[in-house]
Amino acid sequence: MNERDRWLADRRAAAAEPAGPPHSAGKIPPDSFVRPFILTGGRTQPLQDGLRVETLVHAQPGTLFAPLQFERRRIVELCQTPHSIAEIASALQVPLGVARVLVADLATSRLVSVHQQAETPIQLIERVLDRVRAL
Amino acid sequence: MSVPSEVAYQARAHDLVALKVVVSGGFGVGKTTFVGAISEIEPLVTEAGMTEAAVGVDDTAGLRGDKTTTTVALDFGRITLDDTLILYLFGTPGQDRFAFLWDDLLDGALGAVVLVDTDRIDDCYPVVDFFEARGLPFLLAVNQFEGSRRFDLDEIREAIVADSTVPLVECDARHRESVKAALVILLEHILAGRSQGGGS
Repeated sequence: MNERDRWLADRRAAAAEPAGPPHSAGKIPPDSFVRPFILTGGRTQPLQDGLRVETLVHAQPGTLFAPLQFERRRIVELCQTPHSIAEIASALQVPLGVARVLVADLATSRLVSVHQQAETPIQLIERVLDRVRAL
Repeated sequence: MSVPSEVAYQARAHDLVALKVVVSGGFGVGKTTFVGAISEIEPLVTEAGMTEAAVGVDDTAGLRGDKTTTTVALDFGRITLDDTLILYLFGTPGQDRFAFLWDDLLDGALGAVVLVDTDRIDDCYPVVDFFEARGLPFLLAVNQFEGSRRFDLDEIREAIVADSTVPLVECDARHRESVKAALVILLEHILAGRSQGGGS
């Protein structure tokens, strides 16, 4: 049994005890968390699955003239060059979940396209390694 | 790298690939510093909340109306590796009370850097446990602060992992070259796992 095993055994024992309230590690106060979901009409589930934090979003041509308002417009403007979901969330100052729902709406309406590959081929990882070495 | 023309950029947008590496460890261990040392942008912050991770997956009845909503700040940085390849680094809190985040964040991750503070080694146990359970390749990066006690690296590894193939490096998260070296070793470790038919 190494130190981590002992630690895990302690944790399991401690788990029987009631845990303290979770803290907010974020900068926004707890009551402002639900409010962003008003932007999505209260929906928390994106219309499209598989949108990761790093998934790149790219506006389709001509979309700057689409009749969109507020956050959806900002996403289309931002994504004239590809941006990740995380970058969109950060730029709009909304939680990741809200950005996902909004992007999925836009993708469903064919106003943006999303680039995400399901698998990472080994050649791609080799390319990452080569490029990181060359940094 | 030259700035691509708009036309060429549009054409290449379809070929763009984004990958990510997760950087984890206890509070104050230097995750943001690590990300910032190599990111081409100042690390950005985004928020993830418990409800968005839990809704649709778990029964939310227990969450509704009480005060357990948790917001977690994620720091992330970006490295444009070439015209069509972007690597994101996501710093995530390693405490197990944030475990609700990890599934979401780890989906598609190449691997992870676990930052280890020699004064608080057990801070990294929850995240190591989680990565092992998920089969995600990871590297232990011992953040050696000036003035901190220095430990034998093998002793540190033995305290944390049973698997001796898990790489362990000393790393100064403030220095780009040190961070880069850690990433190179992580990527080599990921490739070694893949070529043995393993990986995730």
